[in-house]
Amino acid sequence: MKFSEEFEKRFADMLTHYPTKRSCLVPTLLYAQDEAGYLSDEVIAELAGRLELTELDVRNVISYYSMLTTKPRGQYNVQVCTNIACMLRGGEELLEHCKKKLGIGHKGTTPDGQFSLEEVECIGACSWAPAVQVNYDFHENLTVEKMDKVLAGYQEKK
Amino acid sequence: MADVNITVDGKAVKTPAGTLLIEACKSVGIEVPSFCYYPNLSLQGACRMCLVKVEKMPKLQTACTTVVAEGMIVTTDSDEIRQARKGMVELLLGNHPLDCPVCDAGGECELQDMTFSYGAAESKYIEPKNHREEQQWSPVVFFDRPRCILCYRCVRVCNEGMDVAALGVQNRGVSSIIAPNNEDHLECEECGMCIDICPVGALTSGSYRYKTRPWEMNHVGTVCTHCGDGCKTTLGVRRADTGMEIVRGDNRDKSGINNDFLCIKGRYAFDFANHQDRLTQPLIRKNGQLTPATWEEAFELIGKKFSAIREKDGGQAIGVIGSNHTTNEENYLLQKFARVVLGSNNIDHHRTADFPAFAAALRGRANATASMRDVYNAPAVLLIGNDPTEKHPLLAWQIRSNVRLHRSRLYVVNSQPIKLRRQAAGFQLIPAGAEGAFAAFLAGEDAALASLGGSKDGWTALRDKLKTEENLVIVFGSELREGDITALVKFGSAVPGAKFLALADYANSRGAADMGLYPDLLPGYLPVAEAGKFHQEWGGIPSAPGLSLPEMAESAKAGKLKALYVVGANPIARFGIDPFVFSKSFVVVQDMFLTETAVIADVVLPAANAYEKSGSVTNTSGDLQLVKKAGEVTGTKGDFEMIVRIADAMGFDVRQLVPFGRGTRADMGQTRGAQSGEADRHAVWLEANGLELKMSPFDPMAILDEIQRLVPGYNISRLALLSGNDQQTNFAASGPAVAQKPELIVPAADGLFRSGTLGRYSHTLHSVMENKDRQPSEEVAAD
Ligand code: SF4
Ligand code: SF4
Ligand code: SF4
Ligand code: FES
Ligand code: FES
Repeated sequence: MKFSEEFEKRFADMLTHYPTKRSCLVPTLLYAQDEAGYLSDEVIAELAGRLELTELDVRNVISYYSMLTTKPRGQYNVQVCTNIACMLRGGEELLEHCKKKLGIGHKGTTPDGQFSLEEVECIGACSWAPAVQVNYDFHENLTVEKMDKVLAGYQEKK
Repeated sequence: MADVNITVDGKAVKTPAGTLLIEACKSVGIEVPSFCYYPNLSLQGACRMCLVKVEKMPKLQTACTTVVAEGMIVTTDSDEIRQARKGMVELLLGNHPLDCPVCDAGGECELQDMTFSYGAAESKYIEPKNHREEQQWSPVVFFDRPRCILCYRCVRVCNEGMDVAALGVQNRGVSSIIAPNNEDHLECEECGMCIDICPVGALTSGSYRYKTRPWEMNHVGTVCTHCGDGCKTTLGVRRADTGMEIVRGDNRDKSGINNDFLCIKGRYAFDFANHQDRLTQPLIRKNGQLTPATWEEAFELIGKKFSAIREKDGGQAIGVIGSNHTTNEENYLLQKFARVVLGSNNIDHHRTADFPAFAAALRGRANATASMRDVYNAPAVLLIGNDPTEKHPLLAWQIRSNVRLHRSRLYVVNSQPIKLRRQAAGFQLIPAGAEGAFAAFLAGEDAALASLGGSKDGWTALRDKLKTEENLVIVFGSELREGDITALVKFGSAVPGAKFLALADYANSRGAADMGLYPDLLPGYLPVAEAGKFHQEWGGIPSAPGLSLPEMAESAKAGKLKALYVVGANPIARFGIDPFVFSKSFVVVQDMFLTETAVIADVVLPAANAYEKSGSVTNTSGDLQLVKKAGEVTGTKGDFEMIVRIADAMGFDVRQLVPFGRGTRADMGQTRGAQSGEADRHAVWLEANGLELKMSPFDPMAILDEIQRLVPGYNISRLALLSGNDQQTNFAASGPAVAQKPELIVPAADGLFRSGTLGRYSHTLHSVMENKDRQPSEEVAAD
């Protein structure tokens, strides 16, 4: 299992921040996922070994956090909030629209592997509801039309 | 720690600082309900059943995570509290299947009890319940997910208690589930701790599930008959066509040295007793075939043959082999029978540790043997050789718990990277066979370093460190023999308060040694030649050492050994003896099964096992405990009774053998059939009143009297023993012993899932081995 140099540097640094190795697990998982796209069996085994945990331990933590995934996702993960503020301001319609537009459902991935879709709980952007998060980018005060533009933007980026 | 004063429900409570509120309440008899709290496991605070009111604290507090503080005023029951707890139960019942009528836990379920106490039977939920079929995770462990109340006890006991970490929690919140380590199945030690600790019926065992209900069983506290550790176990028995069938084993009452610990063998491998191949009729060889016969016929034949051989060729023409699984009383009786009735010192057993050397080394030292409890409490433990996780699961548990709960320092010296190294403060790998050299090095012989490998400084540092320990418990495997043990004890005498523990492999290996199943040693390691109390008491016993087990085979081959009497042992398989050497000898075997030795016998007597008899056993650390009769298979007899009957058939006055008949007359009741409960009640009454039966020549208590009187180190409190406590025996006053041939010590091939003949006939152990692709014990010679 090979990670980038940057990952290795961060990892080595992180080990010095905590009294026990296992404390590094959550950030390490996030960095590993950013790099590998998802947390494969191989990644899990590697991290368990490095942090002296059982693979079960690592899986337990992954399953706790919805931002971590053990299945491959599209290049852009579209996360539509339908929690209370966004729901009141059209979040559910946005979700329905994305489903139709991308032709996939909740947790689905388009056949070309470009987009995945997810319905999520509050992402902390209630003041600008309805909000959508694509990977680490936020898109706020959305309408169906604006959403189309957002998606088109990513489509072009490839 | 200083004491703290608190008030609970108006009662003044004084308790050490640092105590958890829930424990403080318990100490004055106030029960605070709890699901997730479990003594000696880490705190979870997950279920919120233990909510109590603490004055000046704004909200209800969880008693299981609150530490007592001076002046606390606590209320454990009020409308507010009841309402809160009721709410918790209601939430738990939200998705609970409520299939109590078929659930294994029904009748002893903590959720049932709570629902009964707090009444949340009506639910406000109308959503359909989330069902999930039960899953089999291993031959032993089954999981019914909807019944789980997410208390995480199972996860914690497997991680912290067992150091196996096979169970975990996946997902979050309401969708949390308990998960096994290999996706849909477990790869683990199959101990069943998780099953027993589960407060509800979510985890169930392959051996007990759907079989019976708790109230349909009788529960008998006795001692596990597998390894040498002597776990207390409560066997659940119920009536069956063949007598009394054992259906469950656990130690939920936490009595005994093992608290609630049992390994797979103690918890599930009682099933050999119910095996269909059990012998239930005496067999006599007629025209070359073993043919069913009556007991009278069998005893008459044995009596006649043994008498004739004794008259004609003398006692030395008869050999006796005893067992590591029979009780102390049976072992004592057997060697007494050999020496007094047969006039022969040809008595031996399968030795798995050098107890004579150990006893000789500790002779004259008081408080020098460590009990199983000491291993849990000692500030430091040194372990040389053996792999307790595989061969002494309780010992391993005691060590782990001691390290975890008391921060004991563990030093491990082993030729393998054994699992206990994970708890060790120091672990040293040595070449196989160098254990003795290590003992010599400890005793000051620096030349021994050559065989140890590693740096001299490292070894010297370890020795110096060990010398600074106090009350060190030194545990060693059978790799150490003879002079190694002497050297180790010599080293230990320099460590203040050091105690020793020698590891032997079977349930009563220690008892067999202590009771004198040796050709050259009487009970208590007294050399046969030494004129002493046994000679006085028994009169005319031979004073020349007899034949050891291999020597008996030699003698039979030479045509000199005319008869062989084997009680609960399988020397043919265990020692790889050519069965034909006994073809001219008259062979009598008492066993449960037609073993390799039984098939060559002239008479086979169907024996009861340790779960089907009463008496006492001594575990490897010398803790003496009572075994009680739980199961019964019609058509078998205890070894004790059979030995007495053979003596009787030889025309011997059995009163000389068993000093019985000194009590008052009593109705013994019936031992089986419709009235069998009556006998039990009578025995219970006698026991409760401090009386003992001893009315019958088959009563082991009569022999226990003699053992206590004559065997050094066994003069323990009978009252404490009868009340179900373990009592430690010792070697302080034992005989000087005589040197033994080290090659006579043959370690058992047992492991975590293997248990000699018992293991061969255990369905549970077999299925676990098959599941793990380990070699089942069929292939392994058994004892
Ligand atoms: S049976 Fe024992 S080792 Fe296996 S999961 Fe349960 S507690 Fe852990
Ligand atoms: S399976 Fe049993 S012990 Fe484990 S969390 Fe569920 S209820 Fe608790
Ligand atoms: S540790 Fe030994 S005595 Fe205890 S249950 Fe297991 S086999 Fe039986
Ligand atoms: S409810 Fe959508 S961001 Fe908070
Ligand atoms: S027992 Fe206190 S929260 Fe579970």
